[in-house]
Amino acid sequence: MTEKYGAENVIVLFGAAEAESAGLAAETVTNGDPTFAGSLAGVQLGLKTYHAVEPEFKEAVDADVYEEQIGMMEMVLDVDAIIEEMSSMREQFCKF
Amino acid sequence: MSYAVIKGAGYALVHTPDMIIHNGTTQTTERITNPDSEYLKKLPEHIRSYEKVVNYAPNQVYIGNMKPSDLEEIEMPWCNTEVEGADRFGKFGEIMPQDEFIALLKIVDAFDLVKIEKGFTQTLKEKITNHPLFKKDVEKLKDGEELAEIEKFVNEQHAEAIYHNELLVGCVKRAHDVDTNLTAHILFENLVVKASGVLAFKNLIEKNNIHVEDIDYVIECSEEACGDMNQRGGGNFAKAIAECGGALNATGSDTRGFCAAPTHALIQAASLVKAGTYENVVIVAGGATAKLGMNGKDHVKKDLPILEDVLGAFAILISKNDGVNPVIRTDLVGRHTVGTGSSPQAVITSLITAPLDKGGLKITDIDKYSVEMQNPDITKPAGAGDVPEANYKMIAALGVKRKDLERKDILIFVKNHGMPGWAPTQGHIPSGVPYAGFAREELTTGDLNRAMIVGKGSLFLGRMTNLFDGVSVVIERNSGVEEVRGGVSQEEIKNMIAESMRDFAAHLLGE
Repeated sequence: MTEKYGAENVIVLFGAAEAESAGLAAETVTNGDPTFAGSLAGVQLGLKTYHAVEPEFKEAVDADVYEEQIGMMEMVLDVDAIIEEMSSMREQFCKF
Repeated sequence: MSYAVIKGAGYALVHTPDMIIHNGTTQTTERITNPDSEYLKKLPEHIRSYEKVVNYAPNQVYIGNMKPSDLEEIEMPWCNTEVEGADRFGKFGEIMPQDEFIALLKIVDAFDLVKIEKGFTQTLKEKITNHPLFKKDVEKLKDGEELAEIEKFVNEQHAEAIYHNELLVGCVKRAHDVDTNLTAHILFENLVVKASGVLAFKNLIEKNNIHVEDIDYVIECSEEACGDMNQRGGGNFAKAIAECGGALNATGSDTRGFCAAPTHALIQAASLVKAGTYENVVIVAGGATAKLGMNGKDHVKKDLPILEDVLGAFAILISKNDGVNPVIRTDLVGRHTVGTGSSPQAVITSLITAPLDKGGLKITDIDKYSVEMQNPDITKPAGAGDVPEANYKMIAALGVKRKDLERKDILIFVKNHGMPGWAPTQGHIPSGVPYAGFAREELTTGDLNRAMIVGKGSLFLGRMTNLFDGVSVVIERNSGVEEVRGGVSQEEIKNMIAESMRDFAAHLLGE
């Protein structure tokens, strides 16, 4: 997809329940697969990555739809930890 | 007709150290893709002894020797604490060691596919002679085979090897030379489900003083499939287990639905009983060797023992209303339907609040929610978090949105209406049903009035649909009115109960 559309045009949106697993997934599509197991081992795509509970995403979508689809999970998840982890991944590895 | 009741529950675990290495798919896959890996080298050092498995608090909860709430008193990881005075037998069932289970594989084998080495057979005979539930089955172990014969089956005829203490002690033969559904590998997995299912079934009967001949129907709800090349999932584990359990008057069938199947089976059984089709229905499931050590890489990396070292099995008896045991409110059922959608909010609404709305209940009217009761000791180090806790938080958050509770009370709700998980991550085993035994107690002699059993399943794993699935049902304290055919009045019933109480008291005094 990044070859077809250009890496700068791709945003990866995560919904993982834990900051650690969201961060791991973000690292995979930015710095390359940290476990060196899959097809992205050693491939640094540097894509833009966001989690569905981050304010950047929340502000970009319809508030009613957000409340209906994500409002409940926003209460449940450790949003601060997720923001911290995702921001750190973006700062370190995002190329765009 | 009145509602069906949960009349009894049996639970069994089987410690299977060698099967983790030889039959768990994480390990068998690693051996193919990365045979010299550090993980495979380190793995044997991380396997727990049988004693440690018996002394592990979540396992003691599973067989009923401890309560789920007892786990709150133990610091995590729970594997660092050994329970004092732990017993392999509990009020709900037992924790069986691997060697006895290998004997059980032979005992339940109807087609002489299981071959056990002669000397080992002798050892097993001595052990089984002392087992309260299987001592009458010793003869089924026969005399055993020469080791050379077993080696020949394994090396030349694709038999699935059975190891104990890292030694070859037997095998499961293939049942056909070209049929891919009757390979030794599949037959081994199917015999494991059957044997562990029989273990739970026998415990259900034994621990609850049930007359096995009264059972009319058995629903098996594990995740395996048996059949040959013309009917891969033909079945019928249920009848095979009923046969080994001595349920002469029962037939049965298999229900599948991934991890949600036990809750589907519970609702089906309760409906069959409520409809009057059958009076006594057992739902039963055995365990899966494939999932042994599933998260082993994470456990070894974090220097923990391999915590997925047991097979899980359960059996629950659903009977017509006896006026005592908790009723299964088959009118308050939650369903994740094709049109529900996949957002957590839609899922929790369909499974939790939809059935509550039918009964005019609030989220806080359910005293205990039994969701996927996966043991967080296993899932947390594997990055999957605390599954029951996450579910309770979601239920609470939905409660906040519905104004059933205040946002600041989410954690209090989680503590009061939830439980720490204790079930092994055997797919279908954690799915709501591990609580049935405790629910029966807490909704009769205990002080709870309502519980909800919730099962969820990942259907997409079978590649037939992208959908997820789930069902739920409310369990309630019995109002005390027994169902009697022929229109006996409540007054007459009260008199009958009083009379039998007097008889019982007289009997006790007489002794």
